[in-house]
Amino acid sequence: MSMARTRNLHPGINLGATDPDVHRAAEGVVFGFWLFLMADLVIFGALFATYAAMSVQGIAQGPSPAEIFDLGSAFVETVLLLLSSFAFGFATLEMKYRGNIGRLYLWLAIAGLLGAGFVAMELHDYANMIAVHGATPQTSGFLSAYYLLTGTHVAHVSFGIAWMVVLMVQIGVFGLTGIVKLRLLRLGLFWHMLDVVWVGIFTLVYLFGVVS
Amino acid sequence: MRNDLPSGQPVNGNEDEASERLNFIVGFVLAMILTIISFGLVAMKLLPPASMLATLGVLAIIQIAVHLRCFLHIDYEKSHRDDLRLVILTAIMIAIVVGGTIWILWDQHVRMMA
Repeated sequence: MSMARTRNLHPGINLGATDPDVHRAAEGVVFGFWLFLMADLVIFGALFATYAAMSVQGIAQGPSPAEIFDLGSAFVETVLLLLSSFAFGFATLEMKYRGNIGRLYLWLAIAGLLGAGFVAMELHDYANMIAVHGATPQTSGFLSAYYLLTGTHVAHVSFGIAWMVVLMVQIGVFGLTGIVKLRLLRLGLFWHMLDVVWVGIFTLVYLFGVVS
Repeated sequence: MRNDLPSGQPVNGNEDEASERLNFIVGFVLAMILTIISFGLVAMKLLPPASMLATLGVLAIIQIAVHLRCFLHIDYEKSHRDDLRLVILTAIMIAIVVGGTIWILWDQHVRMMA
């Protein structure tokens, strides 16, 4: 294998000359995954649109956004997700440059635990909103749209954590083979994309909700 | 499956761990700063509501751009223009869905209230 230089073939971390064969295989696989990610983003777009309409016009007799949202909690959740994404970035670099399984496990475990912290806080927020304000999904159109939008995001994060656990098992069973590397690359894109969706949620749902 | 760089080979942009690590660090720091500004503006009520909403919207768009650039590594490099087109097409579709929905429902809302 005498590839002195490699081109980047897809967005995201490219394996490049650290693993030329898998690098070439990644082009089609990662592009396909981007198609999925973008389709997923369109679903979130539709949920955002529903929420934007409902949060103004669908409050009915229920509480308004400003009455039930806890900004401190939303801020901590944002920091947890950002740190988790950051840790996953370091897992990707460990995989690409050294492939030290122990350190890779460590970074993945940190990313997964931070993600689990996010899910736990979000579920705690839900429980609190229901217990203190009686804000259930059935209360108003605004709350139906709120639980649907943020719930879909939490479901994605939970799925990402399960995926992380599965890949940690695969690393243990198969070692850091080409197929496992390609799966880690895709999980990384999925994980970073959930941050982008969350930026939309904390701005349009929590911050806009408290301001207006 | 080798994981180490063959010795004596020139290292170019995408095999440079230091610069890729820096990319993640820059992305994280910028995202944190933008997040703190957004929450800080709202917590301290620094702007009147209308200009607050506009400012938050702009900050969110900047932060999304930071995430796309530093975490998802989307750029203008020729070799993956297809991916960039895919992202732009999706952004247009979302803009039509979200913009159209809000426009129509807001118009309905105003008529119902009148």
